[in-house]
Order: sequence, then structure tokens, then C-alpha cells
Amino acid sequence: MKVAIPTNERAMDKGICKSFGRAPYFLIHDTGTGEGEFIENAAASSQGGAGIKAGQTVVDSGAKVLLTPRCGENAAEVIKGADIKIYKTEGDSIPDNIEAYKGGKLSLLDEIHAGLHNNGGK
Amino acid sequence: MQQLLILSGKGGTGKTTVASAFIKILQARALADCDVDAPNLHLVINQTVEPRRSDYMGMPKARIDMELCTSCDLCREHCRFNAILYDENSDEYEVDYYACESCAVCEAICPAGAIELYPYVAGDMMLFVDEGVFSTAQLRMGSGTSGLLVTEVKNQMTAAAREDVELAIIDGSPGIGCPVIASLSGVDMVLIVTEPSISGFSDMERIIKTAQQFQSRIAVCINKYDTNPANTEKIEAYCRDNKLPLAGRIPFDPLAVKAVNQGISIAEIECPSGTAVREVLEQTLAILEEPGRPGPDVNVVRIK
Amino acid sequence: MKIAILSGKGGTGKTLVSVNLAAVSTGSSYIDCDVEEPNGHLFFKPRQIVSENIAVKIPVVDDERCNGCRICVDFCRFNALAYFNDKLRIFDDICHSCGGCTLLCPEEALTEIDKNIGVIQRGISADIKVATGILNTGEPAGIPIIENLLQGLPEAGTVFIDCPPGSACIVMESIKDADYCIMVAEPTLFGVHNLAMVHELVKLFNKPHGAVLNKCLPGENPAEVYCRENGVTILGRIPFDHELSYVNSNGLIAAREEAKYQELFSSLLQKVLKEVPDAAAIDSQR
Repeated sequence: MKVAIPTNERAMDKGICKSFGRAPYFLIHDTGTGEGEFIENAAASSQGGAGIKAGQTVVDSGAKVLLTPRCGENAAEVIKGADIKIYKTEGDSIPDNIEAYKGGKLSLLDEIHAGLHNNGGK
Repeated sequence: MQQLLILSGKGGTGKTTVASAFIKILQARALADCDVDAPNLHLVINQTVEPRRSDYMGMPKARIDMELCTSCDLCREHCRFNAILYDENSDEYEVDYYACESCAVCEAICPAGAIELYPYVAGDMMLFVDEGVFSTAQLRMGSGTSGLLVTEVKNQMTAAAREDVELAIIDGSPGIGCPVIASLSGVDMVLIVTEPSISGFSDMERIIKTAQQFQSRIAVCINKYDTNPANTEKIEAYCRDNKLPLAGRIPFDPLAVKAVNQGISIAEIECPSGTAVREVLEQTLAILEEPGRPGPDVNVVRIK
Repeated sequence: MKIAILSGKGGTGKTLVSVNLAAVSTGSSYIDCDVEEPNGHLFFKPRQIVSENIAVKIPVVDDERCNGCRICVDFCRFNALAYFNDKLRIFDDICHSCGGCTLLCPEEALTEIDKNIGVIQRGISADIKVATGILNTGEPAGIPIIENLLQGLPEAGTVFIDCPPGSACIVMESIKDADYCIMVAEPTLFGVHNLAMVHELVKLFNKPHGAVLNKCLPGENPAEVYCRENGVTILGRIPFDHELSYVNSNGLIAAREEAKYQELFSSLLQKVLKEVPDAAAIDSQR
């Protein structure tokens, strides 16, 4: 099963990106094979609607689960609309969070923030 | 790092004057000027170093290659922004660079492939880094894409700010539109600087309504309050009725203009407005530190 | 004749000047293009108001016709469309109303409906026609309102266009059809910095222009220095005046309240009117 995670770089050791919509990349990790691939997030440089486009990218990747520190309203609508579950990450280590998810240790993300209207995070 | 944003609704009430005073008093080490259309903060904040400059790329604009154009007029017919101009005398089409909103309808609809969207520099960003970081930008004239530039200015500041910086001061822009909305996101508190005029009051109500859509913590201070004591009281009563904390009042002060014209803040000279702004800062910080309200990172919208 | 009043920096006195010039100009029109924070109506208190809703077009989808081809999703430059769960979802707040998706849909599954973004109120104050554009809070951009405000302007009588602050595209839209531009400047370092920007703008648009120096204090005036150094005609100087400020802060039209202000703005108006035909003549010789 595929799990998506927003990352800072195309690397397993450079951390989870604090923003979902404007993360430069997504790691699509296959829990079955243990393999992963990094895909570019075209929304990172979007003028607006970043959450929507990022959400669409995750939906199209075939991922069934998203691990992220936070998620905006519009992105959440797209992702949940496609029956993808969203879990809240702890800390910014990619491998640790994958393990934590597999061990059932992450909780569902239930605090969705209002749209950041045309722009990125803090 | 917490962020304090200074807004006004109406222009000319004293945002930059107050912001620069706060910065001086606190010796703030993270500052940003989000009035990218008409930035002024750099005129009163002394920079000792050269800035790091970068281009801000706006959305790409359309360009028509007349070699390929067949004058079918489809582009002009479908442009919602009146950005395609036609010259009868020369039978030439041209894109009005300032009106173009980068929607790419013309590029899609042109049967001759004569239209392309190409990137252009919409603004110039600057980051001054010495003891602290100061992020600012200038939108190029006629550009319409200021929301994202405002965000880039803030992001530039937060990325460069040192780990131990506790409070960032952000000078905002007048109005209630895109650049203001962009500056509001993610800030911990908004201080609205208003003036006791009917216009100031009306504009203050609109900016408060805008800020409330972000569930930001809001406080109000009245600048030049003694120019109309009756209106000052009306504004204060309005704030009390609407449970908006008041951060204080600053008197009209001709010495303030003198200070600004010398490129320094009112906190750097002996003057009534300088004294008053110190108290406003104290009250603002007290309101910011008040426990209870959740921070903006968790503007909770429960799952539908 | 259309005269636009702009400033670059906010709070320099655009509305003070445009409202009072309109008030002393018989049978004129006052148009408030500062749709984010309109103030002129607070002074004119117009009556017999007729309101007009201003809307932009946004798409709606007919799910029966949509076959999930995603041409619209891939086309939209603003990311206002997403396709998931076999359905198209349109995000109204993100849509820029370009009409592209509707145009390109091969199944004709998209049609457009109106979304209100604001209102124009037209009324009368004594013999002055007043039109005010008001953008709804939360809406990012007011250009469609300004476009509408500037359509169908009367041919007779002078039209005074009160512009928004700054020099972004919303200001350009406001001055596009003006015959003459009055730049209002205040004597501060901030004011001059922004005056320079707006000066660039009026030159770019080849608009004949002049400056009104407001809130003048004794001593050197950086705005006056700028005008001198850059060959900008100074149309008039309004001294810094507590009484004028007070009258203005109470939402009163100074020229209607006191004879001295009536005179001040009447002579300013005369100066402006004298400049305009001259400027227009020079312009036509270019």
C-alpha cells in the first residue's frame, strides 16, 4: 500500500516538510515492497490553489494514506474526498514516521487549518 | 518565533511609524515590510549591509508572435481581461502586459500556435542580514500578483531568522485585498493602527472584518487621537462593544514628521508620540501573551 | 473631462482633494474607485441610491456530462479544479473567472454562473453625482468593480476619479481613461518615495499630470523638492491645518462648510482646468 509524505528534498534524511501544499516533493512509499519514489510537487511554486493541486498530485499517485504535520482545508477536501486517510506526523524524520505509522502509533489528523489564501506557510 | 503584524485599513494612519518604533525599542531581529506595493520601512530602518537580492517571478504573461498570427481574433474575443489589443492600421495584435492575468486562454485557443506565455520579473526581493534579518520587496509597477510576493517576503524572513528570535515585526499594507489577506495568514497577532476620522473608522471596521476571517488575535490603537477626541471615544466604545482589546493611544505629534524625514523612528527622539508608542508596545505585548486563545497554527476547522 | 486623483502613499489626501474639487465643480461626478476602502460616500452622504451587484463568472459542472477527461483540471493556471472520487470539484474562491475550462470542455459539461464580489452604489449629493464601488470583504480583487464604475460616464461635466493608493494594477485600471492626473503628495520622506512611483505610472500611461502638495508645513518640503527636480507642475499647496483636518475627520466637506475652504478648492479647480486643455494640446502634438 502506498503512503505519501511531503519532504524537503529528494532524500530520506532531509526531513518532512512543514507545509503540505508547498512541499517541494512527495515521497510515495510502498509499505509492501519497502520501495519509494520521490515526485515533484508542481504546486510548490503556484501562485494560488497550492493545496488543491498538491492534493490532486497525491490522489493521482495512488497513495491511500498521507502522513503530514498539517493540512489546509482545500487540500483536506481533495484528499479525504478520495478516501485517503491523513495521519499527523511526529517530529520530522521520514523513516521514523513510516515506522510509527506501520506500528499504528500515529493519530489521525483532525485539526484542519483554514486556507492560507494564495500563499504558503509561516 | 511569534509574528506581530501591523495593519490599518486606511492608508496614512501610521503603520510604518509605529512598526519602526516597535522595532527600535525591542531591537527586533526579524522584520518584514509586507507593503510590497509601496514599501517604506527601509527608509527608517538603517541597514548596515548590502542586501541579498532576488527576482520574484510573477505569473507568466502572454505574447503573440505576429509571424504566426492569422488575425482570426479568437484571442481577443475570449480574453476576459481586455488584455488583447488590436491595431486596425497595422492589423497587429498585442498583449497588454499590465492587463494580462496569465490565464492562458489565448494560448489554448489560438489555432495558429502564435501565443505563448513567458515568465517575467514582477518584483524585486531584498534580504538584509546582519544582527537581525530584514525582508522587504518592491512590486514592479502594474503587477497584479502581490499576494504571493507578500508570502515570499514573510517566508524569506522566517527562513533567515535565527533560532532564538522570539518576535518578528511585520509592517503591513493598506486596504483589505490580496496582499493584506496574504500578510494575515500565520501571524500570531494583528495590531490595527487607526485614526479618529470617519474614514479611519469606516476602514477600520472593514479591516477588522477581514482579519476576523482568519481568527487572528486583534488589538487596536488610535494614532493622532487628540485631533478628534469625540471620534476617539467612539472608536474606543466600538472596540469595547466588540470585545476588541485596546492597545492605547498616540497623540498627534509634529516631531514625528521630523523624525521620519530624518530617516529615524519616533522612539529615537524625545517626543510625545515616542513616549506614547512605548506604552502601546507594552500593552500590545501583554495582549499577545495572554493565555487562552489558540495560536494561528491551529485555526481549528473541525472535520465536516 | 475625466480627472483622476492618485497618490502612491495612502493617507495623503486623495479623498479630501477629490471630494472637495467635485463639490465646487457644478454638476460634476465623483467616482470612488478605492473599492477596498471607499470613503467619499461618507462625505457626500448621497441620496436616492441605486445599487448594482457586481459579479464575476464561475463555472459549475453537470456531472452527467462530465466524463473525467481532466482537460479542465490540467488547463487551470490557478488550480481551481480537482478531480477525485470520479467527480469534478470546483473551488469558487480560487477561480479567476477566465472562462477557460468552460471553453475547453469537450463534453460541454461546464456552464457559468454569477458570483457577487461587490456592489456599486449610485446616488446624488446636492448637484453632484456620486458613484461608489464597494468590494466584499474577503474578496481578493476589485478590478471588475472599477471597470464597471468607469463605464457609461457622463459626457457633460467634469468627472473626478478617486483612486486607490499604490501603483498596482488596480490603480492602473482607475486612471486608464483619465484625461488628467492629479498626484496628491505629503511632505514626508515616505510620501516622496511613493510619489516617485506614482509619477512613473502616470508617465508610463502618457497622462498629463500635476501635483497638489497637501499638509504643507513650514520649512523644506521634500515633495516640493521632488516636483522641482523632476519638472512636475505644482497645481497648488494646501497648508497643514488642524481645522481642515478636524472638519474632514468628522466627515464634512470643507468646501461646503467654510468660505475659506470653498475659495481654496475653487482656485485649485481653476488651476487644474487651466492645465488640462494645455496639456491635452501638448499631448496631441506629440
